[in-house]
Amino acid sequence: MLAATETIANNAGGPPKGVPAASLRNASVRFGTFTAIDRLELELEAGSFYTILGPSGCGKSTLLRLVSDLIPAATGEVSIFGKTTEEARLAREFAFVFQDATLLPWRSALKNVELPLEIGRNRGSDIPAGTRSPRELLELVGLKGREDALPHEMSGGMRQRVAIARALVCQPKLLLMDEPFGALDEMTRDRLNLQLLDIWRETGTTILFVTHSISEAVFLGQKVIMLEANPGRLREVVDIDLPDERKTKLRDTSQFTQYCGYLRDLLETC
Amino acid sequence: MTVVENTSAPDLEAELRMAARRHKIMSGALPLGCAAGLIAIWQIGVKAFGVPTYIAPAPSDVAVTFLDKFPLLMQNLWPTLFESVAGFAVGNIAAILIAIAFVHSRHVERAFFPIAVFVNTIPILAIAPILVLIFGPGLTAKVVIAALICFFPTLVNMVRGLQAVSPQALELAKILSASKSEVFWKMRLPSSLPFLFSALKISATTSVIGAIVGEWVGADIGLGALIIEATFNFNSPLLYATVFMSSGLSVMMFTLVTLAERWTVRW
Ligand SMILES: Nc1ncnc2c1ncn2[C@@H]1O[C@H](COP(=O)(O)OP(=O)(O)OP(=O)(O)O)[C@@H](O)[C@H]1O
Ligand SMILES: [Mg+2]
Repeated sequence: MLAATETIANNAGGPPKGVPAASLRNASVRFGTFTAIDRLELELEAGSFYTILGPSGCGKSTLLRLVSDLIPAATGEVSIFGKTTEEARLAREFAFVFQDATLLPWRSALKNVELPLEIGRNRGSDIPAGTRSPRELLELVGLKGREDALPHEMSGGMRQRVAIARALVCQPKLLLMDEPFGALDEMTRDRLNLQLLDIWRETGTTILFVTHSISEAVFLGQKVIMLEANPGRLREVVDIDLPDERKTKLRDTSQFTQYCGYLRDLLETC
Repeated sequence: MTVVENTSAPDLEAELRMAARRHKIMSGALPLGCAAGLIAIWQIGVKAFGVPTYIAPAPSDVAVTFLDKFPLLMQNLWPTLFESVAGFAVGNIAAILIAIAFVHSRHVERAFFPIAVFVNTIPILAIAPILVLIFGPGLTAKVVIAALICFFPTLVNMVRGLQAVSPQALELAKILSASKSEVFWKMRLPSSLPFLFSALKISATTSVIGAIVGEWVGADIGLGALIIEATFNFNSPLLYATVFMSSGLSVMMFTLVTLAERWTVRW
């Protein structure tokens, strides 16, 4: 346990090797008699960008909620950087971005980003404030000058960027995102995809990103995790061997469309 | 057509501003004008048909009495104002605290909610004499009646408001390892405010009704007592002036709550 923590501390700068960002061993989730996730084996390499695809209802959200300690595992075990999910939650190892931004409507953009620094003080350990201040994070997501705007004064894309800034405020080593851009128009979504890749590169965090869009999954992910439904099982982890520096033009290359085609065929059999 | 084409941008802007101002003036002037018209019809009707003053006084008679008896009206306003405000405060604070208890514990809610519903079903006119018997003819009984009439709408709205936090916001709280009190202060309480203010607007006016009903049952001072006295003496102009004073009190309390809401709930 202690050794694991030290490894992370030593690797804080560069790409951490060894300890997986998340590891699921034989993990199942049940709701009553219904099995939402069935004996999942998965290991996420620290620092990588994973996207999750799968038919509706296959347990993508359930998987994220299992990893983030919102629901317990019925069998098997889940660990985050060598800790249990509860320990990882208390240490603020991960952060969650929901499909709707889930901002508090009475708080300004800045106050919403500051929320994680204000609550959870009774957890027993200090709140790990990141190296970036909430103001700098709003600048990072392109919202400089809109610090005092209330959520209802912002567009859906802006709200989602505030939510991302809020998720980054404790400098999480694992970022869980459940269809964060699902409700946005295509242009906004493409722009935010580029911005997210910049943030990922700059912060070195591990990202686990659920999406319904095959092209978004290929564009963002270094690896695409394909789940199948009834019961939710791991189908395949597809390596996306595209250049790390991803530009909008990449979407027009034949390699890109080949990956999309492959995943579309795979999705139809899930 | 040509006019529109020739209008340059600043002119158009000024035109729009003018239109907006006209609209604003109209939206204020319309109800005022309508009210003035109705009063005029009333005045003319009463005079034209020679209706006796004790049945329906002319607005001019009421206005004269209002000015004549202004010291008497003010003297009776204070107790009613005190009872309404005190009842408003007591009833709403009790409702808010009990709503918090309900939200914290299902058991408390299950035990007390039926009682709250039952108390609410008793007509206030039926319970007022009982309370005057219990608390005597002083101010206390009226404060209790006003509080009682405020209590239920606020309780129901506050419970709904405290539960109005989205499930996702609660998941966010769990991920941030928030304590119960942090969830309460940072999420539940702020999200309940719009609900609370809807209830407070209702009780701003009903608390005045409660105080006046209490005074009807047994009091020698207050707007309610003055209403009874004026009625028994067939002093219709004074009766109307008192009613006018009471609704002025309600309007004032309603306005204060509305201003407080505008100042607090900005989202
Ligand atoms: N709290 C719950 N109680 C009972 N069943 C649930 C619960 N949450 C999810 N499920 C079931 O678990 C399965 C997986 O749900 P989940 O929300 O993880 O799907 P998903 O892959 O995220 O779907 P989508 O792509 O539509 O968001 C579904 O069949 C759903 O009905
Ligand atoms: Mg989902």
